[in-house]
Amino acid sequence: METSKVIHAIYTDDDVLMSAVKKVKAERHHIEEIYTPFPVHGLDKAMGLAPTRIAITSFLYGCVGLIVAIVMMNYIMIEDWPQNIGGKPSFSYMENMPAFVPIMFELTVFFAAHLMVITFYLRSRMWPFKEAENPDPRTTDDHFLMEIAVHGNETELESLLRETGAVEIKLIEKEAH
Amino acid sequence: MYTISNKLKTFSIALIILGLLGVGYGFMTSHKSFEEVETMLAEETAHHGGGHAVATEAHVVADDSDHSDNSHQANAHDATTDVEHHVDDHAKHVEHVQHQIANRPWSALYVAAFFFFMIALGVLAFYAIQYASQAGWSPVLFRVMEGITAYVLPGGLIVLAIAVASGTIGHYNIFIWMDPDVVAHDKLLQGKSGWLSLGWFAVRGLIFIAGWSLYRHFSRKFSIANDTATDNSNFKKAFRISAAFLVFFIYTESIMSWDWIMSVDPHWFSTLFAWYVFAGMAVSGITVIAFISLYLKSRGHLEIVNDSHIHDLAKFMFGFSIFWAYLWFSQFMLIWYANIPEEVTYFITRIEDYNGLFFGMLVLNFVFPFLVLMNSDYKRIPWFVVMAGIIILIGHYIDVYVMIMPATVGDRWSFGIPEISSVMLFAGLFLFIVFTALTKAPLVVKRNPFLKESEHFHY
Repeated sequence: METSKVIHAIYTDDDVLMSAVKKVKAERHHIEEIYTPFPVHGLDKAMGLAPTRIAITSFLYGCVGLIVAIVMMNYIMIEDWPQNIGGKPSFSYMENMPAFVPIMFELTVFFAAHLMVITFYLRSRMWPFKEAENPDPRTTDDHFLMEIAVHGNETELESLLRETGAVEIKLIEKEAH
Repeated sequence: MYTISNKLKTFSIALIILGLLGVGYGFMTSHKSFEEVETMLAEETAHHGGGHAVATEAHVVADDSDHSDNSHQANAHDATTDVEHHVDDHAKHVEHVQHQIANRPWSALYVAAFFFFMIALGVLAFYAIQYASQAGWSPVLFRVMEGITAYVLPGGLIVLAIAVASGTIGHYNIFIWMDPDVVAHDKLLQGKSGWLSLGWFAVRGLIFIAGWSLYRHFSRKFSIANDTATDNSNFKKAFRISAAFLVFFIYTESIMSWDWIMSVDPHWFSTLFAWYVFAGMAVSGITVIAFISLYLKSRGHLEIVNDSHIHDLAKFMFGFSIFWAYLWFSQFMLIWYANIPEEVTYFITRIEDYNGLFFGMLVLNFVFPFLVLMNSDYKRIPWFVVMAGIIILIGHYIDVYVMIMPATVGDRWSFGIPEISSVMLFAGLFLFIVFTALTKAPLVVKRNPFLKESEHFHY
């Protein structure tokens, strides 16, 4: 199997990490991944990650939920068996709509929330029994790890990372997927 | 220090003068004699052909059922007196329409007066919430809010004055329960007369206005004193009175909404009405804060306000619009669902006579802000916020209109000179008072404990 080389630089402070990211980006090195124990505010911007589109998916899922509710209630209550239940007008959907609004609202929220969460799981590849992709267990506690691809420029990279305040620098042979 | 531009001053004074002229015109043309109304109705019947005649007939019957005693008597009468009764009905119908026409300028004035007053009161409540919750983002907007709340005292007094005048100078043009003749024939109003009496109504109103103005006076005083103070004692005082005011406010706002709005339909009552009025108040108030901040910023007077502050205001506009819609629907749906005759008449008159406005405002106040202000990026674009805000303000004007008008002018409503000039009059007054108040103190507080945080606020 082919292998690629990466450098793991470990930091112990999120402010140091942020300035290191800016420096590494300024030197035009590609940052493969950063592992942190908690969300670091502004890290995505510093790394230049594209903004998430999950809110847009959620809006669309909400629209689907609304349509499902409308079609369902219209079919059941108006078209299939328009009974007179307590004098409520079941002649058309609009006439009886206020009674359906709670369902329409809840299904909109239900679809928007659940499908968005599932989208999140799929896009971030998370599921039960998933093998953790953690290069160093300390990054779940109090260390920050930056992974940079190496293309024959190890010494230069190493000295740059040393300068940025990395407490540990390791060269790793990584199995390519 | 901000100085009001001459253009704005002339503009507001022109609005006031034009508004006054229009309001005067409205009052002069609303006093129709019995014969005039009679011929007008006859012409209407002729115009619309037989269809309308049937409708008027139905109207008379509907009118009758209001005074249930009469209709019972009518049923008991034999055929000969029935003819006389018809003549009687006709006279009653003409008188009814005559009264509705006379009510129109009063109601138009009252709707506009209340609309601008409720903006100021909504801002006052929002301001108190900002103090009491020690919000870190809003101190740079405090002076704008204080400027808007300068309208609470004059605006409140004007609303109360119109309400009282409609019962003393006018011919009970807004509140039917002020008419002793009506109360004498109405068991329900007699039962409520312990609460709904003119003197007690005026005293209550004065107490509310006094309480709100006192809070406004002192919080403003502490806020200005804090600019030059050496410690935070003024801030602490403002914090304490804000917390106390919020308790006072939520009681008095409830009672105010029963008195000043709900009692135009004295046979009807709703428990969540006060919250509903409050939601409209809050969203219009926040919209106006955003408007005035954006105006001052565009003129270079409020550089410190950044687009994150506008974003926050727009989020509040969005949230409170949905909150308003939630309360509107909760009130409507509960009454529609149970369909109890004594409650549902309120909505029946609105749906039959005000259909477009009644449901149209739901689009303006809910659907439009919901879709427009959902995107996070759009909430930072000034012209986007202004467009959404204009829609929201129009929607909430219609909201107040649909709360008041059906009870006073019924199906004789329209948007004409009385309505438009009333809005102009109070818009001019509002702009004049608010922008004059803004010149009285620096546009940004100086040493509020949260000022630094607010200056650097970003989202």
